Order: sequence, then structure tokens, then C-alpha cells
Amino acid sequence: MDAIFLQILNGLDKGGAYALIALGLTLIFGTLGVVNFAHGAVFMLGAFCAVTLNKILTLSQRIRDESVTFFEAYKEVPYLEVWFGETGSTLIEYSVPISILVAIPVMLLVGLAMERGLFRFFYNRTHAEQILVSFGLAIVIQEIVKAFYGANPIPQAPPEIFAGSANIGAMLGMSEAIVYPWWRLVYLVFAGIVIAAVFCFLQFTTFGMVVRAGMMDRETVGLLGINIERRFTIVFGLAAVVSGLAGVMYTPILPPDYHMGMDFLVLSFVVVVVGGMGSLGGAVAAGFLLGVLQSFAAMAEIKAIIPGIDQIIIYLVAVVILLVRPRGLMGRKGVMET
Amino acid sequence: MIAPTTPRKDMVMFIVFAIAILTLPIWMAPLGGSYPDLLQKFAIFGLFAVGFNILFGLTGYLSFGHAAFLGVGSYTAVWSFKLLSMNILPAIFFGMITSGLFALIIGYVSLRRSGIYFSILTLAFAQMSYNLAYSVLTPITYGETGLQLAQYDPRILDAQATVEGGGIPLTNLFGLEMQGWPGFYFCAVVLIIGFYIAMRITRSPFGMMLLAVKSNQNRMNYTGLNTRPYTLAAFVISGIYAGLAGSLMAVTDPLAGAERMQWTASGEVVLMTILGGVGTLLGPVLGAAIIKYFENIFSAINESVLHAFFGFLPDFIENGLVNVASLFVGKGWHLTLGVLFMVMVIFLPGGVIEAYDRIRKRFFSKETRSSAAPQAGDD
Repeated sequence: MDAIFLQILNGLDKGGAYALIALGLTLIFGTLGVVNFAHGAVFMLGAFCAVTLNKILTLSQRIRDESVTFFEAYKEVPYLEVWFGETGSTLIEYSVPISILVAIPVMLLVGLAMERGLFRFFYNRTHAEQILVSFGLAIVIQEIVKAFYGANPIPQAPPEIFAGSANIGAMLGMSEAIVYPWWRLVYLVFAGIVIAAVFCFLQFTTFGMVVRAGMMDRETVGLLGINIERRFTIVFGLAAVVSGLAGVMYTPILPPDYHMGMDFLVLSFVVVVVGGMGSLGGAVAAGFLLGVLQSFAAMAEIKAIIPGIDQIIIYLVAVVILLVRPRGLMGRKGVMET
Repeated sequence: MIAPTTPRKDMVMFIVFAIAILTLPIWMAPLGGSYPDLLQKFAIFGLFAVGFNILFGLTGYLSFGHAAFLGVGSYTAVWSFKLLSMNILPAIFFGMITSGLFALIIGYVSLRRSGIYFSILTLAFAQMSYNLAYSVLTPITYGETGLQLAQYDPRILDAQATVEGGGIPLTNLFGLEMQGWPGFYFCAVVLIIGFYIAMRITRSPFGMMLLAVKSNQNRMNYTGLNTRPYTLAAFVISGIYAGLAGSLMAVTDPLAGAERMQWTASGEVVLMTILGGVGTLLGPVLGAAIIKYFENIFSAINESVLHAFFGFLPDFIENGLVNVASLFVGKGWHLTLGVLFMVMVIFLPGGVIEAYDRIRKRFFSKETRSSAAPQAGDD
């Protein structure tokens, strides 16, 4: 029982990342009908927002180390600490959460630039061509990041108070053995908040209502005199923000490197397909579901029965779902059923 | 897409193609590409792309997992070297058979869906094979180290034929060692045969049926025709081509690794086909040659070469240019590839062949000549 609970928890944080990326993908697909293979790169860019901010915050000055008296020793001290003392070091410690504030405008701009600069020319082309051009874009983004940051993963530390593990078992009155890193818990809550925010935005604002109407019947909304294209462009930006934030917060869990986007993209596409093309709820549900399934498959007991299942479970589920339920878990009727 | 052709024009094109391939070492010499390693790659990837084009070009099904068949072909060929004989014929034979069987299974499942779902399904299968090759199947694939030949391999058929001093014998065709130039000529001959078969398939009623599936599958279904056997056949054929290419890789360099099955490798063959021209006969070969050629050239360039190249400029401009350009060469070659990919899809979805056709139409609009000459690969 405890083991099962722990595995569910373990799966949820990865599932949170899948769900956020898949949510972005589905937003783009549902509104603009574009299959965006560059979305993983957006996730990766978000992660590198955090890396960049951390680098900026820790820009250092060489000053003399007073504690060493035998010889002239120097140490690197970040400017922030020199200028603001304690406040400065706290700022540095919280660089990952602070990156969220930076990442939102940056990712919005990235999203808008991608849509205006590239994807709007591809609405009338085939899906194959959309896949290909976004695949090319993903390679380009990836290689540029690699040129600036190198190929090695760059670890990011979470703030001190989230560094350890939470004894969830004791809190919930279950076994003491259930411990879970604080930051993953934070990530889970964060993913929940972002998902809830996106859904609230679509559900309770006029803008969201128009977008939802546009997803159902773009032409009619256009005929009502609403500039649906512009709203969809903003939705594209929003989708980029969602994935970017997923990337920012994921950095303490997985040190970002240039190809993390590709790794997540393939899985997220599978998630989208399992959830049902164009279904936002489906994408989120499938994201968490597949995350949990993956962590269950990684259990030693399961691996003993079916060796290697942890490596292929997601794809296997996708294949089965695609064959027996072509619409995906929650796909609407008529959306890309062929 | 298809220009009206006659069997005679096809024959001319085929002969020109064959001569061009066989004389590659001569006319690649001024371009700095005349050495067997590179030319072998031309032939092997050309074959891979020709096979891929039978699926993507004729039926329009975009497979994102074709590298899996390449990998399977490689593994089978190396196992054949290990267990049976260093003769390459059984290796190639078994490589084609297993990859064909593999393609049959994957195709049977994947072809139930079309469009993007088909792409995702093939991608899922390829990723599964890749992940399995790295984890559970390590007894067969040797995981990250890759599958290599060893001295103590059984080699039932020619166990006694070991090199003096106990080295591992080279792959051979009845004694003719498949390294260097003989290796290239063997690959070239296989490519020419493969090209001829692809040409016959394209021009056959079967090929016409595949094209009909591409243009409107619904209509084909409404006329009472079950299209699946046709698409499945195309899938298997292109899988066999990929397996053949994979086993040729093992023939020229007898080792196999799982990275050949990764989905970026599948993306590469898609790019080759697109770059050359989807649905054309010569396009895929051209695309493969162009990519491999530039990969070779670009990844060899380093900063000192760039400095020499831009040396005539004032220093600050030179340094700036070198800094920008060095992003695109050497290890950054993939960036160039990505940009090329995007530019091709955006501006020239028809690839090099389309570009050639446009130019030809502009300058020689009076008469229609036979299809593109292979020398277009020079640019």
C-alpha cells in the first residue's frame, strides 16, 4: 500500500511536466490546428531562462579573502551579496522561483515570435509539412542553446527550505517510509496552479470564451466580427508560457541540457494523442496518468515480471489507445479521427 | 508531381544515374569528396532514402520511425558475421529478411491509422525498439557499447578462415574484402539495383495505386478497393530497403549501435528525402548525397579555416564573421542542418528536383527534356 502510494507520488511530478507541455501542445493544436514539434524546445528554453537568470544573479566580483592571512587569497563574491548583503544572497537562493517572473514575458515573446514569424505561414499546408518545419525549428533552437551553454547539464539548486525531503507518510498518518522531496511537491502544486489558471482563464474570461468558441467553430466566430487570428496568436504565446514555466520549475529536478526538450517532446506528443487531440482536459489527465504508469512500471516487482516494461510502457499505452480508441481518452468527435 | 515519362526516358535516366554513381570517385575528386568512407555513405544513405521515398513519396504516409529498420538490419548483419560467416551475402540476406518481418509487424499495426497518428505510431515503435535495445535486449544488442565482432565468435561456416596472428577477418564477398574502394563499389552496385527496382515499382500499376492512395484514399476506399494491402506492401518494401542500408553499414564497418535507431536518425532520412524532392526518383539519392557531403565538409571546418577564409577583411569584421560562422560549422553543423531543413520546407517543399525544374522551365521552356541529370548534385 505504502509502496503504491509512493509510486503514485513519484509519477505525479513527471506527470505534471507532461501535463503542462501537453496542455501547451493541445492549446496550439486546438486553436490553430498546427502540429508543433518545436514545443519541446520551448520547454527547454524555459529551463534555460532559469539558468540564465541564475547566471546573471551570480555575476561575481573578485575580492580579497580577509580570512586567509598567510598569503593574498581572493574569492568570488556575487555583486548582489556585495551590494545588498543578506537580501542579495536570499535573492540568489530563490533564483528558480524568481525566474518564473522573468520567464513569463520572455516565453510570451518567444511564442508570439514563433507564431507570427513562422507558423502563420503554415496554416494551409499539410500536417507533414508542419511537423517538418517545426522539427527544423526545434533543431535550430536546440543548437543555438548548445552553442551558448555547452552540451553538459547545468544543475540548479532549489531554495534552501525546499531542499530536503518531506516526510509525507508521517503527516498523513501512514508509514514513516514515505518520504518525498519537497521540491517535487512544490512542482506538483505549481503544475496544479498553472493548469487551474489556464482552465479558469479559458472558462471565466470573455477572452477565454471567445477562444473556446473559436476552437469549436472558427469561421462563425470570425463572421461575428471578432479578430480570431489575433486571439489565437495570443493563445500560442500562452501555450509557450505554460511549457516555459514547466521548464523553469523542472530545473532543480532535472539539470537542464540542450536536448531535454526533445526527450520530453516525444513523450508529450504521445500524451496528447492518448488524451485526445484537441482536448485540454484529456491532455492533463493523460499527462498525470502516463506519469504515474511510468513510475509504476519502474518498480522492481513489475520489472521482474515483464523486463524492460519501464522503458516502453508509455509507447505501449499509446499504441493500444490509438488502436482501440482512436479519439484518445477524451477526444471530441470529428477532431482528426482519420 | 509526375512528369509524363516514357520507358525510354526512364532507361536513359537510369543509365545516366548508374554511370554517375559508378564514376563518383572521379568527379567527386575536384570537390574534395573522393574517398571511400564518404562515398559509401552516399550510396548507403541514398539507398535508405530511396526506400523511404517509396513509402513517403508514393503513399504520403510520413513515418518517423524508419531508423528502427536500419538498426535492425545492422544488428542482424553483425550477428550473421558473428555466427555464420564473414561473407556479406548471408548478412545482407538476413538483414533484409528480419527488417522486412519487423516492418510487416509494425506496419500492420501502424497503418490502421493515417496522418499524424501514423507518424506518432511509427515514432512510438521506433522509440520502443531504441529503448529496448538499450535496456532489456542488451544480451542481443550489447547496449551502449554496441555490437562488435570478436575473435572468439563461432562463425560456423568459415571458422577456420581467421587472419594469421588471430585478428578478426574482414567482411568479404567470396574473398574480396569489403573495405575501402571495393566496399564502395559493392554499395554502389546495390544502390543502382535498388534504384532500378524503385523505378520499376514507381512506374508499375502497383506504384500508380500507391499514388492514388496518396492523392485521395477515401475515394479509393469508396470505389471498393481495400488500400491497406497496398500501403502495407509499400511499408514493408521501404522497411526492407532500410534494412538493406543498415546491413550495408555493417558490411562496410562491422559494428552496430542503438543510436542508429534514434528518432533523430529517422528525422535525417526524412530531411534527405525532402531536400532532394519527395516523390521523385532521383531526389532522395541527391538529398542523401548533399547532406552527407555537407556534413563532411562543414564538420571539418574549424576556426582557423574560417580565419583564413575571412582573412582579407579588416580584423574586427573578420572576428565578428568568424564568431557567427563558427556557430554553423564544426560541431555546430546540426544548426546548419536545421536551418536548411526549415528553409527547404518553407520555400522549396519540392526539393532540389523542383528547383531544377523551375530553373529549367525558365531557361529552356521551349522543349521538355528528360528528368534531372544527377550532376545537379554539384551545387
